Amino acid sequence: MKRLLGAALAATMLTAGAVQSAEVKIGFVTTLTTGGAVIGIDQQNAVNLAIEHMGGKMGDLDINLIFGDDGFKPETGKQVTDKLVKQDDVDFVAGYIWSHVLLASRKSVLDAGKFLISANAGPGPVAGKHCNENFFSASWQNDQTPMAMGEVLNQNGVKSIYIIAPNYAAGKGMVAGVKRTFKGEVLGTDMTAWPTQLDFSAELAKAKASGAEALFIFYPGKAGGAFMKQYQQAGLKETLPLYTVFTVDALSLPKFQAANFTDVLGSQFTQQWDPTLDNDQNARFVADFRAKHGTYPSFYAAQAYDSMFLIKSAVEAVNGDLSDMDGMRAAMKAATYPSVRGEYTYGNNHMPIQNFYLREVVVGDDGNWTTKVVKTVYEGHQDTYAAQCGL
Amino acid sequence: MDYTLLFIQTLNGVQLGLLLFLVASGLTLVFGILDFVNLAHGSIYMFGAFICASLTYYLGNFLWAVLVALPLTGLVGYFLERIVARHLYDKDHLDQVLATFGLILVLDTSAHLIWGPEGISVPLPAWLDGQVEIFAGAVIPTFRLLIIGTGLVVAGGLYWLVNFTRLGMLIRAGASNRTMVSALGIDISTLFALVFALGAMLAGLAGMLISPITEASIGMGGQIIITAFVVIIIGGIGSMKGAFVAAILIGLIDTLGRSFLDDIFQLFMSEAAAETSAPAVSAMMIYILMAIVLAFKPLGLFPPKVR
Repeated sequence: MKRLLGAALAATMLTAGAVQSAEVKIGFVTTLTTGGAVIGIDQQNAVNLAIEHMGGKMGDLDINLIFGDDGFKPETGKQVTDKLVKQDDVDFVAGYIWSHVLLASRKSVLDAGKFLISANAGPGPVAGKHCNENFFSASWQNDQTPMAMGEVLNQNGVKSIYIIAPNYAAGKGMVAGVKRTFKGEVLGTDMTAWPTQLDFSAELAKAKASGAEALFIFYPGKAGGAFMKQYQQAGLKETLPLYTVFTVDALSLPKFQAANFTDVLGSQFTQQWDPTLDNDQNARFVADFRAKHGTYPSFYAAQAYDSMFLIKSAVEAVNGDLSDMDGMRAAMKAATYPSVRGEYTYGNNHMPIQNFYLREVVVGDDGNWTTKVVKTVYEGHQDTYAAQCGL
Repeated sequence: MDYTLLFIQTLNGVQLGLLLFLVASGLTLVFGILDFVNLAHGSIYMFGAFICASLTYYLGNFLWAVLVALPLTGLVGYFLERIVARHLYDKDHLDQVLATFGLILVLDTSAHLIWGPEGISVPLPAWLDGQVEIFAGAVIPTFRLLIIGTGLVVAGGLYWLVNFTRLGMLIRAGASNRTMVSALGIDISTLFALVFALGAMLAGLAGMLISPITEASIGMGGQIIITAFVVIIIGGIGSMKGAFVAAILIGLIDTLGRSFLDDIFQLFMSEAAAETSAPAVSAMMIYILMAIVLAFKPLGLFPPKVR
């Protein structure tokens, strides 16, 4: 009896396996609960829109998409990644907003010989010493964006800055990045508890007392909104101009607008993408996203959307033969898919070599607050960790 | 030594301490008198913030919104007591912890369903949105001064309530010996509901006051509830005076630690090492304080006299 049952079970699994081969299984890990959920839901919307634009298919294969919630915690992120890899046996794992979650989860995916596509996080180790042939970034390496901001500071003639950033993998990368390119003096650096600390009164008082000419910060998600408000309440706009990365985004702007927080208008930050970038893919993405959800997509959404088209290019290059890892890898490395940021290439570590723009918050044509491109800061910029990568 | 900075940071510390006191005072009331461990106290703090945020947009003014949101939050507390907490009083603490942990999930998800995941930014009226120069160079946001003022008024009010009113007498008696109080013919059921609602209002007020600084957001209660428990453990469970002293102490230690610890560390280690270790150590300082206090005074600084 037991043997019969076993045989029956094996047979069912075989049939299930046969069904599976007609589809591509993609796991997408993001934050769907806690305060970080607002980012995760934006990414989820973008991924669903991408699949709608693909007509639910990559080549001849149906798309089977499974979302995982990391709960904003590295340990939960690793658990859900393990589940996607082992239980669901996905072909690709994409997503990851947070650097510490990506660092905790990467081994689970890569050791199982699957592709890992980051739709946001880009910590140094993943780009350098621990680079992997099966890892691709649809976003950036953490240091790149603040390095571009360091250049902007130089161009604006700023002589000294004060830095406030959260104390975790990405925060450290951001600080390292701006320090690498900024030629003036850094008068002080405060690293705050992450993600718990949302009150920055002590750090702002220190920054002011330091006598620095400008303040550089990195606060993604809701901490960014909190920081911007406290900065304004402290009345530092005239004496201590603010330079930010990943702090003001399309998720916080509608909230700022609802609260009529006009101080945020005109604030500038660097990024590899903007809704106004002129290419067909971006125009379609931004227009349809807005039609569907009423708000501008965030850069998180743009990268999530890109990650799906990157995977699609791989699947189509091998005509749906998902066992052809080399073929899929070569296709992704070529980066021929239509990215919403325009064309870019991949370095040896599979991090994008791409442009970085200075964006500014403006009132859009329809009255909604959005951003526009002021200038191009970097053209074809490669991260500094690529040299440490043995690929 | 920069005394202006020290002064500003002390004010910041007192402000943080008073906010903590608002949360901790409600917690210590409920824990001390009802002998009820309410992990969901932080969720009421979140509800206060959300109710106030919605009302700010509806009424167009933050202060009116606070005045209307306060009784509403009290009502939320009252119904939670009637529906959930009441049935748990005679269970042991572990059951209460489990049940109120479940309540956190329920309340957080309710807030998610009602207000969405994105959180609400709360605008301040113009006269509160500025800064005050206390003396040359010492500038502090007006709203932070309002928090300090409100915190002190509430602390004074609670002191009066607990020490000079009949309700306060019952509360103190209940904290010391609840069986005796009910044996004397006091309607313990109403007293408990009132105390619970009062605790909810205090937590809600803290949430309302913090929301213009950060925002009303899901999970904001989880961050403060742990610190609030540290406060009431250091202060002595059930003691209002203890909660006040411990809250101010923790507010000061946390703020001053964040401000000056890296400077102190730089005296004997490299700048880079100080920059990385200071935030880690300053995040631990309140727990180190708790450990030290418990080592010398296991019942906290001001334990209620009879237990």
